[in-house]
Amino acid sequence: MMKSLSENRESLWRLIVSPSVWALHFLASYVTAAIWCAKFAPASGSIAPVRWLIAAYTVAALLAIGWNGWNGYRRHRLGAAELPHDADTPEDRHRFLGFATALLAGLSAIAVIFAAMAVVYFQDCR
Amino acid sequence: MRPPHSRPPRKAYYGDAHPFRGLGQLAAGRRPTPLMYPARAFLFLVWFALAGCSGIQSSLAPAGDGAHRIAGLFWWMTGGALLVWALMIWLTYSAFRGRASRQSPRLARLYIIGGGALFPTVVLAVLLIHGFRMMPPLLASAPEGSLRIAVSGEQWWWRVRYHPPSGPPVELANEIRLPVGEPVEFELGSPDVIHSFWIPSLGGKMDMIPGRRTRLTLRATRTGTFRGQCAEYCGTSHALMAFPVVVMEAADFARWLEGQRQPAANPAEPLLAEGRDLFLMNGCAACHAIRGTPARGRIGPDLTHVGSRLSLGAGILPNDPEAFVRWIAETSRVKPGVLMPHFGMLPAAELDAVAAYLESLQ
Ligand code: HEC
Ligand SMILES: [Cu+2]
Repeated sequence: MMKSLSENRESLWRLIVSPSVWALHFLASYVTAAIWCAKFAPASGSIAPVRWLIAAYTVAALLAIGWNGWNGYRRHRLGAAELPHDADTPEDRHRFLGFATALLAGLSAIAVIFAAMAVVYFQDCR
Repeated sequence: MRPPHSRPPRKAYYGDAHPFRGLGQLAAGRRPTPLMYPARAFLFLVWFALAGCSGIQSSLAPAGDGAHRIAGLFWWMTGGALLVWALMIWLTYSAFRGRASRQSPRLARLYIIGGGALFPTVVLAVLLIHGFRMMPPLLASAPEGSLRIAVSGEQWWWRVRYHPPSGPPVELANEIRLPVGEPVEFELGSPDVIHSFWIPSLGGKMDMIPGRRTRLTLRATRTGTFRGQCAEYCGTSHALMAFPVVVMEAADFARWLEGQRQPAANPAEPLLAEGRDLFLMNGCAACHAIRGTPARGRIGPDLTHVGSRLSLGAGILPNDPEAFVRWIAETSRVKPGVLMPHFGMLPAAELDAVAAYLESLQ
């Protein structure tokens, strides 16, 4: 069996999708709250619209990370090989990158949830 | 030279604060043996660590709502960190001791997934949620009708303006007094660079940012004298930008503020009158105000009741005639970079007169 495995190009890019989504989520949340509080609300004004926007960013980010993680998980399960994927074969490199992608997706999902939790507890611009 | 009108020496505000008192007694009276050095170093470290737990400027000896919460968080986190640390040491120890063959892959997986992923996630989530929940009460404003105190951090002193619920505001400097048990709203700002307002015994710190007004509510829970300190590097004399904080019974506070609201008393003695005239003649009035006299300057601290403050020069000198002379004659030696010119060229007798006058402004 020698399927064409893209262990070099696409897999490598897919590895960093989840952490990048986490970074974008953080940036978008931060910028949204900062602009709202600087331009549209008084110092102790409510951040209700910001909370909804960040909720939306969070759902979008988790969907993207979930898709990326699932994708990685499937590559990790290719064939019947066991962990650790450390054989010097294209298949194992493929599985290894998939596994790392899935783990990074898990980490990024937790980070996104942690960041979003701020607006569960903060109600205003202070 | 202590002029006749001055009060008996006050318990020095600085004596209490000196961090290195008592150090000499640690191993006093014994000839050092080589073994004593490590022992002493250890004692020193313990002493040093514990010294932070008390005193007039410690978050760990709380005297305010915010500081109580922060100290509580600190002790819980310290306890938790010790537990995790002990667990790690134990795991490391047992990993080296156990035989590899006896550790089943399942157990190993449990360690990795449970100890490496789940456990830290849960611990961090608990800490994060606890921290988030603490912040809104720490940042809440004081109820309508509370005492407001506007503090402006200026290189390297504090302009303090009291806005009591009734009556006109009172502008003072370099010292903060508040009534015990009442929430007080601080409005913080700065005309020059970023400073940070921090009274560790009472609560958290808050930046003072040019062009912005930040707020901090503090509620003191016991009376006493504490110390505040600028907590954001703001230039050469940042470390010399402190202030005494006095928490008083509400009635005492009201009486004190009423006294500070009054203009300066007219000098009763020739020496003091001479001091006032020298103050006005030498240009001090261009920068300093003394209510009740023609001095109306706004560049430096209000001096109407400067003699009644616990310290001089924003928490760096005791408040006595000798310190006044030093401050006026050697200003930039006392506080490097200070934005007040020194007046060391004045004859000693004139310096003494100005110092006596300022000290008499109670
Ligand atoms: C150019 C403006 C300027 C002039 C002139 C000036 N001062 Fe000052 N003075 C200041 C500033 C600014 C401070 C605050 C310095 C600091 O603590 O960093 C200060 C602080 C002080 C303080 C300490 C106040 C406190 O709350 O502890 C005293 C006392 C004082 N000046 C007395 C004098 C006397 C007396 C003269 C005249 C002989 C004088 N000053 C002239 C600007 C001036
Ligand atoms: Cu500073």
